[in-house]
Amino acid sequence: MKYLDEYRDAPVVRNVLAEIKRTVTRPWTLMEVCGGQTHSIIRHGLDQLLPEQIELVHGPGCPVCVTPLELIDKALVLAARPDVIFTSYGDMLRVPGTFVYAKTGTQANDLFSVKSQGGDVRIVYSPLDALKIARENPYKTVVFFAVGFETTAPANGMAVQQAAREGLDNFCVLVSHVTVPPAITAIMEAPETRVNGFLAAGHVCTIMGVGEYRPLAEKYRIPIVVTGFEPLDLAYGILNVVKQLEAGAYEVENAYARTAPNQGNLAAQKVINEVFEACDRAWRGIGVIPQSGYRLREKYVKFDAERRFPDVGAMQSIESDICRSGEVLQGLLKPDQCPAFGKQCTPLTPLGATMVSSEGACAAYYKYGRIQD
Amino acid sequence: MCLGIPGQITKIWTDAASDLPMARVDFGGVGKEVCLSLEPDAQVGDYVLVHVGFAISRIDEEEAQQTLALLAQMGELAEELGETT
Repeated sequence: MKYLDEYRDAPVVRNVLAEIKRTVTRPWTLMEVCGGQTHSIIRHGLDQLLPEQIELVHGPGCPVCVTPLELIDKALVLAARPDVIFTSYGDMLRVPGTFVYAKTGTQANDLFSVKSQGGDVRIVYSPLDALKIARENPYKTVVFFAVGFETTAPANGMAVQQAAREGLDNFCVLVSHVTVPPAITAIMEAPETRVNGFLAAGHVCTIMGVGEYRPLAEKYRIPIVVTGFEPLDLAYGILNVVKQLEAGAYEVENAYARTAPNQGNLAAQKVINEVFEACDRAWRGIGVIPQSGYRLREKYVKFDAERRFPDVGAMQSIESDICRSGEVLQGLLKPDQCPAFGKQCTPLTPLGATMVSSEGACAAYYKYGRIQD
Repeated sequence: MCLGIPGQITKIWTDAASDLPMARVDFGGVGKEVCLSLEPDAQVGDYVLVHVGFAISRIDEEEAQQTLALLAQMGELAEELGETT
C-alpha cells in the first residue's frame, strides 16, 4: 500500500541504521512514547539492529494500559446493567479489572467476561457506530468508553457534539482521556529517569502539532523528534535524536511531516477545546499526573456516564501488588525483567493491562518471543 | 490505539442520518466509510490518514517524496565513501 510499503524498504532502513552507527560515539537512552511504536520496534527487531550504545526504553503511550483500574471497574459495572448497551473499542475488552459480576456471583474481571454472562457489550470501530446504536435503541442507555490520547479525543468529542446536535439523550460517554506532554514531564521529573531524548508520537502530533513540545525540550534540555510508525520512520527518528544528542542540541524536530504538519489539525483541536477541559488524571501503575487528562466541559456534562450513574461515579478500586506495569510504563523496567512475566502473567492470564493491550510493551515482548530463559 | 492507516478517497457525500461529510476510502483494495468532518477540504484522489473512522490528516505528497529522497541519498553517499551497509 502506498505510504506504507516504501517505508518498510529494508535496504533503505539499513542505510539509515548505518548512518546511526556512524553518528553515535557515546551511550544514549531514547524513549519512544507511543505503544504503537514499541510494537513496531519489537516486531521488526529494530532495537536489536541498533548500535549497542543506543538503548530504547518504552514509554507510557498506551491508553489501554494507563486507563486506571477504577475506570475499568466502572466500565464493568455499567456493562453489566440490563438497561445499558456498553460500546467500546476492541482493545479494552480484555483489560483486567476487579469487579465480581453480581448476577451469577462468578468472577467477571473484564468486559469479555461480562459479555459472556449476558451483558450487552458491543465492539465499535468508530464512536459514530456507538451513536448509530443509540439511534437504533432509544429505550436503552448507550455508554461509549471514550479512551485514548489526543489522537482519539477529536473523534470521541465529535460523537458527543453530534449527540448534542441530534438530541440523542440516551447516549453518554465514560471518559478516560490522557495527554502526552504531562507524561513526558512526569518521566523527566522522576529522580531515577535515564531518558536522554524522546521519539514523540506521530499521530498525537498529527492532531496537536509540535508547539507544546518546545517548552519541554527547552526545560529538560532533551531532543524531541516527532516520529512515525514504520521501520524507516523509526530509524529516521532515532537518527535525528542521536544527531542532536551528539551535537549537544535539544530541539523539537519533525521526522513525520508527511502526516503531522507542525501546526497539527486545527479543526480537530477546535473540537477538543470545545468538548473537553484539562483535569488531573490517575495513570494505571503510575499514579496521578497533574492536568494530564481530559474531562467533559460543563456544557456537555449531561453526556458524562459518571454523572448519569452516580453510584458508578463514586467507585474506588485497589490495584494488584504483583504487577509491575507501572515501572514498565515509565521505562524503568523492561517487560522481561518482571518476575511474573511469562509465568503468572501471560496474555491468557494477564495481571496488568500491558500484557493484553495490542500496544502494551509486555504483550509485544511476549508476542515476539522476547522471553529470557 | 493511535493506529492510523493511509488510504485514498474514492467518493464523497453527506450522510442523511447525521448530516456529516463522509467519504469512501480505499486501503489497497479494501473500502471503508470514513467521516471527513476533521478534514473537510479533502478531495477525491487525496490520501488521508484514517483513525477510528475519521480522516485526521491529508498526507503531504511533497513531504513524503523529500523524506524518501533524503534517506535514499544517505545510502548513495555511504557507497561513494566506500562503506558497506
